[in-house]
Amino acid sequence: MSHTLEKVVTVINPMGIHMRPADMLSRAAGRFQCQVMIEKDGQAIDCKSIMSILTLGARQGTQLHLRATGTDARQAVEALSELFEHGFDESAGSEVASEHSS
Amino acid sequence: MKFSDFISTKSICSELNSVSKESVIAELVDALVSAGNIKEADREDIIKAIMKREELGSTGIGRGVAVPHTKHPSVNKLVGTVGVSSDGVEFDSLDGEKVQLFFLLVSPPDRPGDHLRALENISRQLRDETFCRFLKQSKTAEDIMQLLEEADNNHFV
Repeated sequence: MSHTLEKVVTVINPMGIHMRPADMLSRAAGRFQCQVMIEKDGQAIDCKSIMSILTLGARQGTQLHLRATGTDARQAVEALSELFEHGFDESAGSEVASEHSS
Repeated sequence: MKFSDFISTKSICSELNSVSKESVIAELVDALVSAGNIKEADREDIIKAIMKREELGSTGIGRGVAVPHTKHPSVNKLVGTVGVSSDGVEFDSLDGEKVQLFFLLVSPPDRPGDHLRALENISRQLRDETFCRFLKQSKTAEDIMQLLEEADNNHFV
């Protein structure tokens, strides 16, 4: 039996899942062996594909279902939901902030 | 959101000449300037902003596609153009492949929703291999316009 783990996550960062968050998600998911799907309104896509993640057009406040299947499913769900919880390290002024960071 | 909502048809480039990342971005921005979508005075600043965004991570998302973009206060609505390069351009893509299809976007700073919907539309259409292949084979701006129109009419998805 394969392990399937599910978790509901919320997009909290103001810009939603644009290209950088999608890139972070697909890279993070790619580090695990398990299959990872993200579902929004019945549409389930492969979390290891940046292009598929972008098709969700997930805005701030959107709830998504993370579903991982495989031996390292637990670690994958933990790592990915952490990205959502931290808002992909993005704040409204993140671009300006990064300019001045040392 | 449809292509017709944000692609400036007058700026479509069916035969990009540039072979480097910076020059292809400049070529696409110039097309938007010529089409009257952005002002000549903002050209440099917009190119610089797009290049700066590329430094954070390439917008070459694989399958020979890149979506270079920036927010810029000089535009009051999302505007974009399409460019096709028959030889492809080195773009530090995520999959290491050269980029043949470019969707360049400039959006107002306060409209993240529109930017997301444009990305959603572009990625959804480009996941279709037929659309991708036809676009790469396009020879004229009219070919591209027609393909975008067919995509808008759900011909591919």
